[in-house]
Amino acid sequence: MADKHFRFFLIQIGAVLLSILAAFAVGAALMLLIKVNPLEVYWKLFEGVLLNPYGIAQTIFKATPLIMTGLAIALGFKAGIFNIGAEGQMIVGGFFCAYAGFSLHGLPPALHIVICAAAAFAGGLAWAAIPAVLRVKTGAHEVITTIMMNFIALALTNYFITYYFHLPETVHTQLIAPAAGLARMDSFVHAFRGSPANMAFFIALALSACVWWALWKTPYGYETRAVGLSPFAAETAGINIKKNLLFTFLLSGGLSGLAAMNFIMGYKHYFEEGFSQGSGFMGIAVALVGQNHPIGIILAAFLFGALSHGTLVINALVPKDIIQILQALVIIFVISSNLAVRKFYSAVDSTPKAGQAKVKDQDGK
Amino acid sequence: MNIPFKSAALAVLLCLPAACSPGKEEDVSKPAVGLVFDVGGRGDKSFNDSAYAGIERAQKDLAVQVDYIEPGEGADKESALRQLASGRHGLVFGTGFLFTDDINTVAADFPDKKFACIDYALDPSKKIPDNVLAIKFREEEGSFLVGAIAALTTKTDVIGFVGGMDIPLIHKFEAGYRAGAQHINPKCRVLIGYAGVTGEAFKNPAKGKELALSQAGKGADVIFHASGSTGLGVFEAARDKKIYAIGVDSDQYFEAPGRILTSMIKKVDISVYKIIEDFLEGKFQGGLKEFGLADDGVGYVYDDHNKDIISPQTIKKVEELKKLIIAGKIKVPNK
Repeated sequence: MADKHFRFFLIQIGAVLLSILAAFAVGAALMLLIKVNPLEVYWKLFEGVLLNPYGIAQTIFKATPLIMTGLAIALGFKAGIFNIGAEGQMIVGGFFCAYAGFSLHGLPPALHIVICAAAAFAGGLAWAAIPAVLRVKTGAHEVITTIMMNFIALALTNYFITYYFHLPETVHTQLIAPAAGLARMDSFVHAFRGSPANMAFFIALALSACVWWALWKTPYGYETRAVGLSPFAAETAGINIKKNLLFTFLLSGGLSGLAAMNFIMGYKHYFEEGFSQGSGFMGIAVALVGQNHPIGIILAAFLFGALSHGTLVINALVPKDIIQILQALVIIFVISSNLAVRKFYSAVDSTPKAGQAKVKDQDGK
Repeated sequence: MNIPFKSAALAVLLCLPAACSPGKEEDVSKPAVGLVFDVGGRGDKSFNDSAYAGIERAQKDLAVQVDYIEPGEGADKESALRQLASGRHGLVFGTGFLFTDDINTVAADFPDKKFACIDYALDPSKKIPDNVLAIKFREEEGSFLVGAIAALTTKTDVIGFVGGMDIPLIHKFEAGYRAGAQHINPKCRVLIGYAGVTGEAFKNPAKGKELALSQAGKGADVIFHASGSTGLGVFEAARDKKIYAIGVDSDQYFEAPGRILTSMIKKVDISVYKIIEDFLEGKFQGGLKEFGLADDGVGYVYDDHNKDIISPQTIKKVEELKKLIIAGKIKVPNK
C-alpha cells in the first residue's frame, strides 16, 4: 500500500514537471511568433529566479500569501465549499490588521504582533461570515455570494481609505507601530538583502502543518472530509453538516485574512489599495495544482511565486502579457495532466475501492 | 498509454538547451538605462506612453540600450527598480509619484547607480538622496496658457476645472489655470471640482462627468481637466452639452474630436530623453530638476485639428504670454 502511494506520488510529480515543460514549450512558440528568442528568455528567468539569492527571497515573499490563500481555499474544497472570496477576505483582513497596527501604541512586540494577526484573522472571518451564513441558512451558492463580496470589500476599504485613513499625498494609511512589524529575513540572511521576504513565511509553513493536522488527525477533519465527499452520507452518519460547513467556511475566511500579514506586517507596514495583488484568486490555482494537500500547496505556491517574480525578471525582454499567458498555460497543463494521471491510475489500480475513494477525495467537490 | 510519447517529448525538450546554448546576446558595448512604468503601464495614451516615446527616441538617436519593466500593483515597484539597478543599468527611472518612497529605498542600497523619478513627491522633512534626480514639471505654466485660451474663448465668462486627486500636484494645474484666465479677464469665474482624494480619483469617469455637468449647469462653457481617465467623463459631458474641454498630459484631441479646445501637454518624453542624454555625457546630477515652458517641458496644442476653433488673435496673445513667462515677467502661482 505504501509502495503504491509512493508510485502514485512519483507519477504525479513527473506529470507536473512535464506539464510545466509543455507550458513552456507552448510559451516558446508564442515568443517565436513575436520574434524573441525563447531560450534567452528562459535562461534569464532561470538565472534571475533560481540562481540568485534575491530571486529566491522574492519567490519566498511572493509564495507566502499564496500558501495562506491556497490553504484557505483547499480547506473549503475539502468540505465542498468553493470559496472564491479569498481575495475580499484578504483585503478586509488586511484592513483590520493595519488598523490594529496603527491605532495601538506602546505594546510589547510579541503582543502587538499577535493582536494584528488576530485582527487579520478576524477581518477575513467576518467577511466570510456573510456568505457562510447565507449558504447554511438559505442555500445561496457561495460562488456567487463570495465573488460579489470581493467587490464590496474593495469598494468599502477604498471608501474608508479615501475619506478617513489616508495620509495626505499618498494612497495608503499611516504606518503600523514598529512593534507590530515582522522581522525581515535579510536582517539575518545577508544574501537576501533588499527583498522583503519575512517571518510571515514561517507562519505560513506552521499554518500548513496545522491545516494538515486538523484535516487528517482530528475528528473535525474527519467530519469535514466526510461532508465534502458526500453530505448525505455524512448526515446519515450523524455529522452536523451545517455546523461543520459554517465552521470550515469561517476558518477559510480567517486563513485568507492572515494572508495580508505578509505585505502589511512584513513589508510596507501600511494598507494600500491593490496590496493583495490578486493572491486570493491565485490561491484557487494554488489549491488546485497542489491538490488540496498542504505539501502540494506549498510547492504550488513556490511555483506561482517564482513565475510572479519571473514576470519582472524577463519583462525587459518580453511584454508582461506573455508571462501572464505562460502562467495560465501552466495552470491549464498541470490541472489537466492531474486529471489524466488520476484517471489512468485509478484504471490500473487493482483495488477499485481505494482508487475510487482517492479520486473523489482529490476532486473535493 | 502515452508515457513513451511524453518521454520522447521530454527528451527533445531537454536536448534543446544543449543544442543551442542560451543566447546572452546583450550588447555590452552600449551603456544601459532602465525604466519602470507606473501601474497603468504602456498603452495609457498619456503619461506612460509619453515616457515610452522618450526611451524609444533615446534608443534610436543615442548609443544606449534601454530596458523597461511594467510592474503590477503593490510590492512590484521596488522589486522592479532593484531588478534593473542590480544589472548593468547605470540609470533607472521610476515613472510617477507613487515611486517616491521605493526610489529612496533602492537608491540607498545602490549608491553608485543613478535614479530619476518623474513627478517625485517632495517631502520638506527629507533630503533628496544624492544619486536621485527628482523630476518635476511646471504644470502651472502650461496651465496658465490654456487658462488664457479658455478665458479668450468663453462666451459666458465662466470656465471650469476638474481635478483628479486633491493633492498639491494637481493644485498646480488649478492655480496656473485660474491665474491664466484671470490675467486675461479678471471677471472670469473659475469653477473648481475634485474627483476624490485617492488614486481612484484618477480613474473615475462617472465622477468626472458629474462634476463637468454641474459646472456646465452653472454656465461654464470651457472645462479643463487634470484627472487621468476621470477626464473621459469630462469629455463626454462636453459632447452632451456642446461645450469645450481641454485635455491634459498629451494631445487628447481624438478622445472627443471637435470638442477638445486644446490640451495642456506635459512632455515627459522630452524630459526622459534629456536626462538620458545628460547621463551619457556624464552630466547627470542628483537633486531637483524642473521642466517648464523655457525647457519645452510643458506646452499647449495648436495644430490642424483645433485651428478653426481657436482664433489667430488668441494664439498671438498666448504666445506673448508664453514669452513673458519664460522671461520671468509673469510669475505663475503654483498653489
